[in-house]
Amino acid sequence: MRGAPVSRALAGAAPWLAALLALAILPRLLPDWLGFLLTVAFAKAMVVLGVAVLLRSNLVSFGHGLYFAAGAYTVGFAGKWLHLRDAVLLILGAVVVSGALAAVLGLFLARYRGIFFGMLTLAFSMILYSLLLRLYSLTGGTDGMVTAPPTILGFAPGAAAGRAHYYLTLGCLALALALTRRWLSSPLGYLASAIRDNEIRVEYMGASVRQGIYRTYLLSGVLGGLGGCLVAFSVGHIAPEFSYWTQSGDFVFVTVLGGYASVFAPVMGSVVFELVRNYAYALSPYTWQMSLGGILLLIVLFLPRGLWSLLAPRAPVSNPWTSSSKR
Amino acid sequence: MDVVLEAVGLAKTFGAVKAADDLSVRISRGQVVGIVGPNGSGKTTFLNLVTGYLSPARGQIHYLGKEITGLHPRQVTRLGVARSFQVPQLYTSLTVLENMLVALAIRAGRQGDGWRALRTRARLAEARPLLEKFGFGDESGQVVRTLPEGGRKLLDEPTSGVSAADKFRVMDTLIGVIRESGVTSVFVEHDMDVVQRYAERVLVFSEGRIIADDPPGALFADPVVRRHILGEE
Repeated sequence: MRGAPVSRALAGAAPWLAALLALAILPRLLPDWLGFLLTVAFAKAMVVLGVAVLLRSNLVSFGHGLYFAAGAYTVGFAGKWLHLRDAVLLILGAVVVSGALAAVLGLFLARYRGIFFGMLTLAFSMILYSLLLRLYSLTGGTDGMVTAPPTILGFAPGAAAGRAHYYLTLGCLALALALTRRWLSSPLGYLASAIRDNEIRVEYMGASVRQGIYRTYLLSGVLGGLGGCLVAFSVGHIAPEFSYWTQSGDFVFVTVLGGYASVFAPVMGSVVFELVRNYAYALSPYTWQMSLGGILLLIVLFLPRGLWSLLAPRAPVSNPWTSSSKR
Repeated sequence: MDVVLEAVGLAKTFGAVKAADDLSVRISRGQVVGIVGPNGSGKTTFLNLVTGYLSPARGQIHYLGKEITGLHPRQVTRLGVARSFQVPQLYTSLTVLENMLVALAIRAGRQGDGWRALRTRARLAEARPLLEKFGFGDESGQVVRTLPEGGRKLLDEPTSGVSAADKFRVMDTLIGVIRESGVTSVFVEHDMDVVQRYAERVLVFSEGRIIADDPPGALFADPVVRRHILGEE
């Protein structure tokens, strides 16, 4: 009896397994710098995924650097104070810390919408930024902290660290994508879209909008912390800028760049962003931000649903960035 | 007859406007009640008070003998009072089927579930016949009202935003299902043809009061009502 659904599930998972396999052999074919770039892009894609799930309810977090930094500094402090180097424990630690942070801030943020939500998330992230900056004796201030490369289940990768970080990040990303996909197809995931469409009706149907937003925010915060933790692993250096508003702005930028119709869109956006930034910087170190701005402009004008819409074309729909809601 | 909804001495003002002025009414099980009256006479305010969107300054509301005055809309809905809105409001980015599935998930108390799928086989099996009842095939793009069954429902101008030709078709389906499932319902309507055809009891509102409460046959025979409501000379 159970055979049919299992085989159907396998058939459904086959393309993703193939993609995962392709990504798994990729670092053997690519130069080291490109492997590193992909590792960072995958890690940041989790943070972008966090921004994207909130965007489904029309909530723009301009402060996701907060969770990015929280995850990264969890690695920093756990190494400094507890001499903890095990990757699995550090990842769990980052999830717990960012989840706890989101659980507290979410109580407050779930009451707000639109520009107020955006500004409050920004304010919280800037508070963390100034704490990281000022508590010099603990955080090293602007110098940041150096994080030791993690051991993976008691095994120190040593010279193969770059590749080990790549696989670790890829594994976490696959898990984050699978969980988020599952979440999006659950009642709670649909409720996020329902809240965007018609908040009053959600309440009149007997569901709590605030609770829906709170839970979405929790997921979003945990994804942010996870990304920060993995960036700390691969880069080996963390700084207060992780929580600075320009970093949060980058995450929103990438969300727009990739789109949010699919959980894979943020991954695509993140990889393209890192590549473009890399080349734009190499091409003209002083005006690379102008190139990025130009690209964003083109995306908003011609691909309002992000780069992902190139892969998954849909019937022409109105531009979500210019047309207001139907109310 | 057992009383489903009872409002006693409701009062609500907006500035100088009396939207509810010592309003009392009893609605019995299975009744289909139409509310008519000029703009600003307090029709929608009455629905808002009953469903908890507004709190009355004075007065009480009882539903099935239980006081619901001042409860949150969510709590009122949980007790079985559903409401629709003037402009047909659905989750426009979801399909008809998804709209129904979300409604069913919320009714089952599963709205906070972020783990199991929305489209379970059991829920699909529940949604499909409901949609068919209202004349919808799978994932049809037509307007559907996703309401919990078996409760009581309040409709605010169900046919506004629907073309004249479709009006009776929409109401036939809607009232047909409502009667069949024994749902007590109250609807606000400007179109007197619709009221005459579908309501078994009509409340006429004016300045926050109920000035007439009759079956449509008797009501529309009254010359005063004809002049005030229908605008006849």
